[in-house]
Amino acid sequence: MSFILEILKATIPAGTPLLLGALGEIYTERSGILNLGVEGMMIMGAVSAFGITAITGNVWLGVLVSAIVGGGMALIHAFNSITLKANQTLSGLSLTMLGLGLSGLIGKRYVGVPLLNKLHSLPIYGLKDIPLIGPILFDQDPLVYISYLLTFVFWFFLFNTRFGIELRSVGESPDVADSAGIDVSKIQYLAVFIGGIMAGLGGAYLSVVYAPAWIEGMTAGMGWIVLAITIFSLWRPERAILGSYLFGGIRVLQYKLQPFGISPNLLNMLPFIFTILVLMLASKEISRKRISAPSSLGIPYFREKL
Amino acid sequence: MLEFKGVFLVMEKILQMKGITKRFGNITANDRIDFELNRGEIHGLLGENGAGKTTLMNILYGLYTPDEGEIYIDDARVDIRSPYDAIRLGISMVHQNFKLIQSHTVVENVALGLKGLSFFYPNRYIEKKIRAFSERYNFRIDPNTPVWQLSAGEKQRVEIIKAFCREARIFILDEPTTMLTPSETKELFRLLKLLKEEGISVILIAHKLDEVMEVCDRVTILRGGKRINTVDIDSIDKDELARMMFGQDIVLEGREEYSVSFDESVVLEVRDLTIFNDKGLPAVKEVSFDIHRGEILGIAGVSGNGQRELIEAITGLRKVVRGSIRILGEDVTNMGAKEILNKRVAHIPEERMRMGIVPSMSLEENIILRSYDKAPFSSGLLLDYSVISEYAKELISKYRISALDEKVPAGTLSGGNIQKLILARELSISPVLIIASHPTQGLDVRSTQQIHELLLRKKEEGCAILLVSEDLQELIDLSDRIAVMFNGTIRGIIDIDRANIEEIGSLMVGV
Amino acid sequence: MLKRYRNLGLSILVILLGIFAIYLVSGVRPDVMLRSIVTSAFGSIYGLSETLTKAIPLMLCGLGLSLSFRSSVWNIGAEGQLLMGAVGATWIVLYVMPNAPKLVLIPIMFLVGAICGGIWALIPAILKVKFNLNEIIVSLMLNYIAIEFVNYLVYGPWKSPYEWGFPYSTKFPTSAQLPRILDTRIHYPTLILALILAIIIYIILYKSKLGYEIRVIGDNIDAARYAGLDIHRIILLVFLLSGGLAGLAGVGEVAGIHHRLRVASGISSGYGYTAVIVAWLGCLDPLLIILVSFLFGGLLVGGDAIQVSLGLPGATINFINSLILIFVLVQGFSNARIPSIRKRKSER
Repeated sequence: MSFILEILKATIPAGTPLLLGALGEIYTERSGILNLGVEGMMIMGAVSAFGITAITGNVWLGVLVSAIVGGGMALIHAFNSITLKANQTLSGLSLTMLGLGLSGLIGKRYVGVPLLNKLHSLPIYGLKDIPLIGPILFDQDPLVYISYLLTFVFWFFLFNTRFGIELRSVGESPDVADSAGIDVSKIQYLAVFIGGIMAGLGGAYLSVVYAPAWIEGMTAGMGWIVLAITIFSLWRPERAILGSYLFGGIRVLQYKLQPFGISPNLLNMLPFIFTILVLMLASKEISRKRISAPSSLGIPYFREKL
Repeated sequence: MLEFKGVFLVMEKILQMKGITKRFGNITANDRIDFELNRGEIHGLLGENGAGKTTLMNILYGLYTPDEGEIYIDDARVDIRSPYDAIRLGISMVHQNFKLIQSHTVVENVALGLKGLSFFYPNRYIEKKIRAFSERYNFRIDPNTPVWQLSAGEKQRVEIIKAFCREARIFILDEPTTMLTPSETKELFRLLKLLKEEGISVILIAHKLDEVMEVCDRVTILRGGKRINTVDIDSIDKDELARMMFGQDIVLEGREEYSVSFDESVVLEVRDLTIFNDKGLPAVKEVSFDIHRGEILGIAGVSGNGQRELIEAITGLRKVVRGSIRILGEDVTNMGAKEILNKRVAHIPEERMRMGIVPSMSLEENIILRSYDKAPFSSGLLLDYSVISEYAKELISKYRISALDEKVPAGTLSGGNIQKLILARELSISPVLIIASHPTQGLDVRSTQQIHELLLRKKEEGCAILLVSEDLQELIDLSDRIAVMFNGTIRGIIDIDRANIEEIGSLMVGV
Repeated sequence: MLKRYRNLGLSILVILLGIFAIYLVSGVRPDVMLRSIVTSAFGSIYGLSETLTKAIPLMLCGLGLSLSFRSSVWNIGAEGQLLMGAVGATWIVLYVMPNAPKLVLIPIMFLVGAICGGIWALIPAILKVKFNLNEIIVSLMLNYIAIEFVNYLVYGPWKSPYEWGFPYSTKFPTSAQLPRILDTRIHYPTLILALILAIIIYIILYKSKLGYEIRVIGDNIDAARYAGLDIHRIILLVFLLSGGLAGLAGVGEVAGIHHRLRVASGISSGYGYTAVIVAWLGCLDPLLIILVSFLFGGLLVGGDAIQVSLGLPGATINFINSLILIFVLVQGFSNARIPSIRKRKSER
C-alpha cells in the first residue's frame, strides 16, 4: 500500500514538466501553429533557470527567467511560421537543435554544480490530510500547485473567455476568424509565445526542482513526449493531466523497477514505446469520435487576395 | 407602426450603388451596374451563373474593390475595403457556403468577433440574445449545439442570427435556398418577411423564379455582367422574368444545326447511382443515364447539386454506395482511378490547378502524368526522357500550347494553356469516354473556342463525352442531350433539337 | 542554380554570426575559434581525411532523407536507422557468419545493415499509412529506442569479455573490417558506395518512374490521387529506401571505423540529425548533398577540435548547425511547397 502511495506521490512531480509543456503546446496548436521545438525550448528553460538560480540563489527568479527564455525561443518560431510563413516542421526542428546546442554551450559551467537553494515541498494545511489523495496531491512543492492552477486557468480561458473563442477559431478556420475581424497573426503570436513560456517553465521544473541539477541534454526526449501528450489530450488542457501523469508514472516505474535487475537501458525505452502506443490510442479515439486536430494546424494562413 | 409604414411609403433609399464596374483580366464581370435598395424591402438579384450577381455583392461586402463606381449608404459616400468595413456599416452577408466554424457551438460562432462582449463568459450574453431572438421570431435552435450537427437550414439561421447580433441593416443572402428543404425554405421566407417588417433590408441573390416571385418586393435582373432591369414583382410574371434572365440571344449561334447525332451503342451506362459527399450524406441519389458513341451529354445545373460527386465516382476517385457504372458493357463500379484510366476514360478535372497539374514539374512531365508508366515513356524502372520530350513537343504544337519550351514548370503557364495541356494529355490516350468538368471556366474566348473545337472533333471520332458546365450557352452549343441535375437527381434529359432554354432554366432552378 | 550558391554562401555567413554568439557566451575569440575549425577540418591532409570520414555517414543519411522530404513525408529517424544498421552488421559479423571470407562478408554486412535500417524506417511509415500517426514523432521516438537498444546490447548480452569491462562488443575479425586509404580513417568502400548511390538516387529522382512518382506526391498529392498513383506503396518504399541508406551509414561506422559495436553516442555523433540540415541545405539534390556533406563533415571535425583545444563544449557545433538550418529556413527556400490549397485531412 505504502509502495503504491509512494509511486503515485512521485508520479505528480515526474509528470509536472510534461504537463506544463503540454498546456503550452495545446494553446500553440489550437492557434493552428505546430511547434516541434518544445524539446529545445524546454532545455533552454532548464539551463537558464538553473543558471540564474545558481547565480542569484533565488529559485523564483530562475523560474521567471526560464519562462522569458522559453517565450523568446518561441518567438523565433512564430516569426518563421507566421510572418515568413516558412515550413513549420523544419522551423520547429531547428528550434530543437538550437536549444540543445545553445544549452550545452551555456550550461557547461553548471555541470556538476549543486544547487544551494531548492524548492521545498509545501504541504497544504488541511488538504493534505484528505485520505488517499491528500498526501498524493497536496504534499508537493509550490510549482506543482501552480501547475494545478495553470491547468484550470488554461481550461477556463480556452472555453469560457472571448480569447478562448478567438484562439480556437483561428486554429479551426483562420479565414472565418479573419472575416470576423480577428487579427489572426496577433492571436497566433500570442499562442506560440504562451507555448514557449510553458515549455520554459517545464524545463525549469526539471532542472531546479525535479533533478535538481544541470545535465547536458537532460530533457532526453521529453519535448517530443509533450507533443504526443498534446495529441493524446485531444487538444484539451484538462485531458493533458491524464497523459502527463501517465508518463510521469512510467518514469517513476522506471526507477522503481531498476533494483529488480532489469537493464536500465530497456527501462529507458519505456516512455518512448508508450509514446507510440499512446499515439495509436489517440488515433483510434480521434477517428471514433470524429474529432480532429485544429483544422488549419501546420498550414500557413494567407489572406485570400481577391 | 402606422408611422413607420409612412416612412416605407416614401421609399427611403438605404443603399445606392452607381456605375459599378469590375473586370477580371479580359472579363468584365460587372459592367456599369446601378443598384438601389430601400429600407425594409426584400430585393431579389436574379441572373444566371456568371451574370455578375455574386461579384456585385462581394463588392458591396468589401471582398472586391470595384474598378469604377460609387457606393452610398444613407446618402453618404462610403468606401468599403474589407468585410470589416462592411460589418461596421451594417452590412452582413450570408454566404452560400456558410462562414461558420464546424466544431464550435452556435453561441461561439455568433460570439466570434462581436464587439462589446465581456471577456469572461461571453457566451452567456449571446445565449440570452439567441433565445430572445428565437422566441421573438418563433423558431427553435439550441445555442449549445456544435454547428456540424445542424442541418443546412439551421446553419443558415445561425448566420442570420450572427447578422442580427451585429445589428446589420442590410442582409445579403447568397442563394440561400440551394441547400434547403422546401419546409426550411418556407421557414426562411417567413423569417425574412418578419425582419423586413422591422425595417431590415434584404438582398436575395437567387435564380429560382418561384422563390423570387414569392418573397421579393422588387427584383433586379443581371445578365452578362449588365443590369437588364429593375422591376416591381407585382408588375411582372415568371415567363417575362425568365426571358430577361436568359435573354433571347442565347440560342443558335456558332452551330450549324441543332440535331441529335450519335450511334446506338452505349459507352457509359450509369444505373441507380447513389454517392455520398465528404460528410457522408447522399449527394447523388439513384441517378441513371447512358452516353452513346459520338454523343455529348451535357449536365446542366447549379454547382453543388451532385455533379462533382458524380464525376468523382465515374473516374474512380470516390466510392459508389449503390448502383453500377459500366463502360462498354464492363462493370467498373468502384474501380480505382488508374483502372478506370486504363479503360480509356479521359478526365478533365474541375479544379485544374488543384488536381490537373503538378505545378513545379515541367510541362513534359505533366504531359505524361497519366501515362508515365506505360511504353514508350517508360521501360523497366526508368523513364525515357528523349521520347517524352519529343512527344511533348509534338503535343505542344498540335494543341497550340504557348510555352517557352517543354521544360518550363507547368505552374508558370496561363490558365488557358494549362487547360490545353490537360486536354492534350487526356485526349492523347485515345479515349472512348471523356469526362469534362467545367472545361472552359475562367478562360478567355479564344481558348474556350479551341477547347470546344477539340471536344467536337473527338465527338466526330466517336468519343462519348460527359460535359458538366454551368454555362448554358456552352452546353447548348456542344451537347446532343442535356441532363439537368438538381439536388442530387436528374430532373430530365432533353434532346437538343427539342430543347428550349426556358425549360432547361426552370429545371435547373427546380421549378 | 544561382540561388543554390547564394544559400551556400550566406549559410557560411551565419556560421560567422554563431561564432560571435559563442564568443559572448564563452569568451573564446571568434577568429581563434574560426581558425581552429578551418585549420583542423581543411588545413591539413589529416584534417581533410577526417572531414571526409565524417562526411560519409552524412552523405548516406542525407541522400536517404532527401528522398523522404521530396515526397513531403518527414523521416526524422535517420539516427535510429543508422544505429540499427550498425546493430545488423554487428550481428551478422559476430553471431552469424564470423568465419566467412572478406568478399562474402562485407557485401552481406552492408545488405543486412541496409535491411535493418530499412525495416526500422518502415515502422513509422506503416503506422502513418495504417493509423495516420504522425511520422515525425514516431520516427523520433524510434531514435531514442534504438539508442537504448544499442546501449543495452553493449552493456548486456553483446558485451565482450575481452575488453576490460568497457561497453564494447567483441572486435570484428579482420575479414569484416573495411579497408582504409593509407593510414587515414577513410573507409573507402563506404565512400565509393555513397558516391555511387548519389548517382543512383539522382537517376531515381530524375530519370525513373519511382522518382517521378515521388515528385508528384511531394508537390501535389491531389494530382497524384487523380493520376491514380498508389500513394501508400510509394510512401512505404520511400521510407524503406531512406532507412536503408541510413543503415548503410551505420555499417560503415562499425565496420570501417570502430570495428565493434559501442555505445550509441560513440557510433554516431548525431549524424542522423545533422543529415536533416545537410539534405535541406543541399536543396534535396543528390549531387549537392555530397558537397554539403563535406562541409558539415568539416564542421564536425572542427567541433571536436575546439572541444579539445579551446575547451568549448561539444554542443557548440550543434548550435552552429541549428543556426544554419534556421538560416536555410529564413532564406525561404524550403517553403517552395507551401500548399496553395489545403491538403485534405485524410490522405486516403
